[in-house]
Amino acid sequence: MVKTTFMGEWPILNTEPPILRTEGLKAFYVLDVHGVQKVVKAVNEVDLNIRENEVYGIAGESGCGKTTLLKALYGAIEPPLRLMGGTVYYRVPGEEIDVFMLSAEEKRRLRWEYIAYIPQGSMSVLNPVTKLKETYQDFISSHVTGKTRADAFKIAAGHMAELGLPRKLLDAYPHQLSGGMRQRVTIALAALLKPRIMIADEPTTALDVVVQRGVVQLLRDIQQRLGNTIILVTHDMGVQANIADRVAIMYAGKIIEEATTEEIFGNPLHPYTRYLIQSLPKFGDKTARTSAPGSPPSLMDLPSGCPFHLRCPDTLETCIEQMPPLVAVASSHRVACWLARER
Amino acid sequence: MTFLKRYLIPRLIQYFLVIFLGITAVFFIPRFLPNDPVVQTVAALQARGSSVDPATIDQMVADLTELYGLEGSLLQQYGAFWRRLLHADFGVSFFQFPAPVSELIAAALPWTLGLLFVTTVISWTGGNLIGGLAGYYNRKRWSRALDGVSMVIRPLPYYIFAFALLLMFAWAIKWFPTSGGIGIGRKVALNWPFIKDVLWHSFLPALSLTILGGAIWFQTMKLIVQNVNAEDFVQYAQLGGVKEDRIVSRYVIRNAMLPQITALALALGQIFSGALITEIVFSYPGLGGLLYNAIVNGDYNLILGITALSIIAITTAILVLDLLYPLFDPRVRYM
Amino acid sequence: MKVFRDLFRDYRFAVSFCVLCALLIFACLSFFAPYDPTLWHVVPRDLRPSRAHLLGTDSNGQDIFWTASFAVRNSVIVALIAGVVSRIIAVLFGMIAGYKGGNTDRVLMFISDSLLVIPLFLIIVLMAMLVRASMNLVTLGLLLALFGWAWDARVIRSLILSLRTREFTETAILSGARTLPLVLNEYMPYAMPLVFSTLINNMAWAIGLEMTLAILGLTNVLIPTLGTMLYWAINYHAILLGRWWWVLTPVVLSVLLFVALYWMSVSVSEYLDPRTRVQRVGAE
Repeated sequence: MVKTTFMGEWPILNTEPPILRTEGLKAFYVLDVHGVQKVVKAVNEVDLNIRENEVYGIAGESGCGKTTLLKALYGAIEPPLRLMGGTVYYRVPGEEIDVFMLSAEEKRRLRWEYIAYIPQGSMSVLNPVTKLKETYQDFISSHVTGKTRADAFKIAAGHMAELGLPRKLLDAYPHQLSGGMRQRVTIALAALLKPRIMIADEPTTALDVVVQRGVVQLLRDIQQRLGNTIILVTHDMGVQANIADRVAIMYAGKIIEEATTEEIFGNPLHPYTRYLIQSLPKFGDKTARTSAPGSPPSLMDLPSGCPFHLRCPDTLETCIEQMPPLVAVASSHRVACWLARER
Repeated sequence: MTFLKRYLIPRLIQYFLVIFLGITAVFFIPRFLPNDPVVQTVAALQARGSSVDPATIDQMVADLTELYGLEGSLLQQYGAFWRRLLHADFGVSFFQFPAPVSELIAAALPWTLGLLFVTTVISWTGGNLIGGLAGYYNRKRWSRALDGVSMVIRPLPYYIFAFALLLMFAWAIKWFPTSGGIGIGRKVALNWPFIKDVLWHSFLPALSLTILGGAIWFQTMKLIVQNVNAEDFVQYAQLGGVKEDRIVSRYVIRNAMLPQITALALALGQIFSGALITEIVFSYPGLGGLLYNAIVNGDYNLILGITALSIIAITTAILVLDLLYPLFDPRVRYM
Repeated sequence: MKVFRDLFRDYRFAVSFCVLCALLIFACLSFFAPYDPTLWHVVPRDLRPSRAHLLGTDSNGQDIFWTASFAVRNSVIVALIAGVVSRIIAVLFGMIAGYKGGNTDRVLMFISDSLLVIPLFLIIVLMAMLVRASMNLVTLGLLLALFGWAWDARVIRSLILSLRTREFTETAILSGARTLPLVLNEYMPYAMPLVFSTLINNMAWAIGLEMTLAILGLTNVLIPTLGTMLYWAINYHAILLGRWWWVLTPVVLSVLLFVALYWMSVSVSEYLDPRTRVQRVGAE
């Protein structure tokens, strides 16, 4: 399958090197609660290969480590979060950069121009005492030198128009806008400098369904215009189905399955993914829905072997002893499950 | 229109109500406390001098009663009190007879206003700026050192701190004068020697107020900024790679200043009291010095006058601050 | 207890606790004092510190060491009376305002805010001037208590407001709990630590105000307190005459008290606030 960018440049094939790659990424929270040290294994050996011009979705329950993974991918690791191992690589024209080897200033320069972040709960991420246009100007002039305020404002205004947002939004204060509007403004802000990668953390949560649709539409618009990569984290499988090209399922800090959207929904291999898909309502199907029994393990106190084995319907002995690695069982389909491999 | 209704009017009502209640309280307190000021004054006078014959004492009592506005029924007194107040007539000072209280206050007021205004502006803006930077860079050594210093300075009451400064700089190391506002015999004129003299005399009281006030603003601002640092919009600006100096000034400090404006309004009463106390320590010729004389001499009218004026002045200043607040916080401006 | 141990890990609590204990022991020594604090001319005047008189003697003919011991004791007593009574008022105002809400809330908070806004010092001076002759420790404490509750009433009100909107309140009301037992049993455990921290703060304020009033001669200067010691020292021009031991004793003791009380209140309130507790912990 070949996709082209908006500007009609050379076609990008699936076999191109990934734009964002991680190897054995481990990031833990190390907390000291009154003398007792607790380690939260939020990201526990994650290998990703994310391509250009795709929407890569990451799904999973709350508390499985998704946001931490995003922070690690963005290079935003601050205490008490610590990088315990592994690497994250960005592909810029001509080379691959190890993100954690960059200086703070180099990272800052990459931000927004190369990779942008749309945080969870985008309701309160805008400076409440300044007008939106001043926030836009802050972002622009922090990265693009030599632009006067007037130029920056023109860029911002034109940008809004492109995305179908009213220009006079820029003269408003954040509290004058509804939550959904603020979410869309934040997304537009992320796309401002045409970054190659955009990371979105739960962009549709806490919004009503109608607004959700607008947000998803906006994301899709941006992706098609810019031809960039969007990494989308949401537990809402409906949104994943709507917009993602590939989906990865995350559980207890690990990626346990990854495939194209059709494969995930049509042929889930991991028992957890199966539960997840089965629990989704289907048009016309009135049978009772079941979800996985029990609850996810605490990231401070992980069980041995496969983190899912305590809730899994069929466990082998290896499941209790050894952590299954994430391996490809078909082209574009990886699973971390001893059972799935046997089949 | 809603701004007017929701913000302005309630505050104006509160303003007038507080002044009304405050002045009423000032009126009623001496009349409800067990001791009669007239009796006290006569007793104090007698304790000082030789015995006086009863007729003179009766005359004195009558005069004092009139002087203290204690003639007639309570209601009549109350009415007379307000009438005189609206004419800025606080009666006559008893021990600086026959100087009217308002005259004495008018002479002392510029000194206090000058001291108060300058020190409040410097300590508030300076304390907030330094506190803001210290809160943002709260792991740096200088930030922690300043924090430690303020932990020792802040709990000290105005008197003790001023007293300590006095001991150190005016007595142990004689850099500054121990008292007064200007040198003895110098005339008030707008020339450099006069100004220099005033500055030299007011340096220590100003230093005392600025450091103590600054410590308080420093600490509270540092705490506020530490909370603002964790706010979503600050984290977002950092994620967005916004330049650090911009984050500190436009995102952190600008937002942290808002509660400090409100805090300033609430603290004005205390700051004013602190200024008066500091003036007493340094025998500074402002309202504080006047107050001390009044206390020592039992000059009842003078104290009443100072109290009434202070209530009006401070509530007005707070109202002004309250009205300026919407200029800084758009959330209140466009509700 | 575990709480105590956790508090002690903060050096400010540890230091202030030790200093306060030392001062309390010093104050308790007053029960064994060989001199009656109300009598003058019991020892030779204006002696420098020596073995016989550890902190020297003053111009009234009193031993400064023992007078200071009484002074600390009395200052603390005044502070305790002022602090406890003002807590009671603050809790009453805060709880009723926070729980009832509506107009009751507005009226109560208006009263409280007015007290914050008015220059209290002057009002207290006015009142003190009129009752100074008949003042004793208790009346002084009550006078201070009358004006020291306003700020903390607001703090408690915010706490009650947040508790009121929590689920357990609705449950209790729905199951027929009456107001007073509800407030006492359910809310007090939350409020007590906060009340304790504000109590310490208030005590420091009370001691400071007592000293200021005493130095101005507005309290009963015959009762030895930290403030009255300074009053007499200034009255007898101790600074000019170089009798530093008389001036420094109350100043140093009071500074120790103020700083120790403040450190304790700050560390306790930081311990109580979950945000600052995690901050202290996670990010080293």
